[in-house]
Amino acid sequence: MAIFTKLIARIKGNKDSFSSDWSELESELIQADLGPSLAAECIEQAKKLSTDSPQESLLQFLASKLSKRSHEMNLSKATSTILVVGVNGTGKTTSVAKLASFYKSSGKSVLLAAGDTFRAAAVEQLKTWGTRIDVPVISGQENGDPASVAFDAAKFAQTNNIEILIIDTAGRLHNKSDLMSELAKVKRVVEKTSPISEVLLVIDATTGQNGLMQAKIFAESVDVTGVILTKMDGSARGGVALAIEADLDIPIKWIGSGESESDFSPFDPDVYLKSLLS
Amino acid sequence: MFESIASKFSSAFSSLRAKGKISAADIDTVCSQIMTALLDSDVAVQVVDKFILDVKEKSLGALPTLQSGSNQANAIFEIVNKELVEILGGSTRRIRMAKNPPTVIMLAGLQGAGKTTLAGKLAKYFADQGDTPILVAADLQRPNAVTQLQVVGQSINVPVFAPEVGNGVGDPVTVAKAGVDHAKSKLHSVVIIDTAGRLGVDEELMKQASKVRDAVNPHEILFVVDAMIGQDAVPTAQAFLDGVGFDGVVLTKLDGDARGGAALSIASLTKRPIMFASTGEKMQDFDVFYPERMASRILGLGDVATLAEQAKKAFDSESSAKLEEKFVRGEEFTFEDFLEQLQAMSKMGNMSKLLGMLPGAGAMKKQIENFDEGEIVRSRAIVESMTPMERSNPKLLNGSRRARIARGSGRNVSDVNNLVDRFAAAQKLMKQVRTSGMPPGMPAGMNAGGIPAMPAGFGGSTKNKSNTKKKSKSGNPAKRALEEG
Repeated sequence: MAIFTKLIARIKGNKDSFSSDWSELESELIQADLGPSLAAECIEQAKKLSTDSPQESLLQFLASKLSKRSHEMNLSKATSTILVVGVNGTGKTTSVAKLASFYKSSGKSVLLAAGDTFRAAAVEQLKTWGTRIDVPVISGQENGDPASVAFDAAKFAQTNNIEILIIDTAGRLHNKSDLMSELAKVKRVVEKTSPISEVLLVIDATTGQNGLMQAKIFAESVDVTGVILTKMDGSARGGVALAIEADLDIPIKWIGSGESESDFSPFDPDVYLKSLLS
Repeated sequence: MFESIASKFSSAFSSLRAKGKISAADIDTVCSQIMTALLDSDVAVQVVDKFILDVKEKSLGALPTLQSGSNQANAIFEIVNKELVEILGGSTRRIRMAKNPPTVIMLAGLQGAGKTTLAGKLAKYFADQGDTPILVAADLQRPNAVTQLQVVGQSINVPVFAPEVGNGVGDPVTVAKAGVDHAKSKLHSVVIIDTAGRLGVDEELMKQASKVRDAVNPHEILFVVDAMIGQDAVPTAQAFLDGVGFDGVVLTKLDGDARGGAALSIASLTKRPIMFASTGEKMQDFDVFYPERMASRILGLGDVATLAEQAKKAFDSESSAKLEEKFVRGEEFTFEDFLEQLQAMSKMGNMSKLLGMLPGAGAMKKQIENFDEGEIVRSRAIVESMTPMERSNPKLLNGSRRARIARGSGRNVSDVNNLVDRFAAAQKLMKQVRTSGMPPGMPAGMNAGGIPAMPAGFGGSTKNKSNTKKKSKSGNPAKRALEEG
């Protein structure tokens, strides 16, 4: 249908021969999970820009919706602590391992804390990763207090001059207020030894508009500083992360795109924005 | 989960109800409101288009016959409701059990959809029905997926067939086949095969899944999908349908606040029914999916049927009957009974989830979300710190006894006083009920006490017994559903 209307528009010599391109692009944006209102806004504003093609205008406008905060990691402390949070099944543990592997291969000393004491075998999962990438893992008891594991790890990291400490946490749905306050406690307790440098929220690229709600509530509880967008190797385009950048001013910092530790890279705005329209 | 769709639907319809006579233009307006609501809820673009088209056509078709009737808006509402139920899969379908056991069920889905947890819940569901399930650990990909399944199996007392440690070692096809053979030899009636998560675009892994399928010839393949998934629901479901094929869908993480448009998208595009819904982290947070109930949730009608069923499951008939007998005889309601109620309540699971099923729960959303689940635990601790004599004779509770109970339960004396007061109020209420014969309804009981005050345990079961006693057709839908069973 879209092609047909486009054809008609062209034949008629319509002044705005792009109009059907625009509606196609809007549908693309919605299908990339930007959400209907952000998609509509982008199309409307992009129309006002004068470039060679609607596509180009749109990319230009999309870029302007990215957060102005730095998309780089801020790891300036002697021991920089990274807390990794998110809902169930987004790929937190895998992302933690990938982060560790990334910093280890850049020559830094890294320590992992197995703060997911809830899900069956989550601690073992992280330990298996630890052996695979040769990074030590601090763990406590299953069903133990995650804050105490995190605290022990923070203490250990400080006394042993470890440069990067990465804390894994249990997946939790953001609407469970008790679990969210447990998470806030983990952060509070760790910050008794040293401030946390980065709180990274893991967002699954297949997530729809609920991702916005996740980011909003996690940000309220633990002051999220960046997003890890995972599972970008599938057919999902992860547009909800752009909605998070635009609405909540939280920058995407990492892109996960596979099961191996090397399938992980710092955020590249050009690649990401183009993939939204493909 | 569907709250947001629900509120948008209800605002669309309340403006429609305000009209005396509905015109074709009104139908257009309501349809465009529904369209935005659905898109905002992650329903796939193509599904929304079709839904709106169908509703519009049916509404316009029905319009001439409605002109004389006074309740036109309701008729349109009914059309939307019916259309939703139809898309969500018509009536409920159960698992097809094999004529010659074991029934083989294979799970497939994206990474992180919740397959392993679901495998456990499904196994528990079958075990509770008297079947003898076994779990087969064929996810050899994800680090420690096998261990996770073993832990899950242990927690629900279901054996796990796991000959390979996983972590990339072993062949899932061999494991699945050996698992089914093992189940046959041990006479298990149901085999549940957990497989590795895979992306729709990963052809190699998709081929592996189809090899597992061919090796074990499952009676049911269930596609497990996260309720939070967005527009990708469509290509993913399609890829799994083409790659391995599936007979039914399981929605997970329905306890989140996702609007769950994926349910509509997948059911509509694949024509496969949604069979189960997973609603929490505990093994019992799992239920058969009822399209009609989900449709009424979407339309903001509450889900009383599910609530009643959960209550029935938790309050086992024996203890209810015992309590009823006591009640009829005119005996006092004691702390012992109270404790039993509390235990049953914690069996029912998450309180806020239960409260959310009540009609009109949307309005109390904030209170419901902030319901303090710990309150039940704390009340139990207090009662459990009483001696048996104190429990059956609450009048004994003087100051020093209360102080001891507070110490024993780690609470303040004021907490103990509070509980005793609430208990006394409930006891009084029970007496009134007995004399007046007016059973307090569960929802009323819950509201009267204020949600955080948690006197629901009383209401929950009083209603149960007083109703059966009087054989009344209650005006309260929750109770009626319970009576009718």
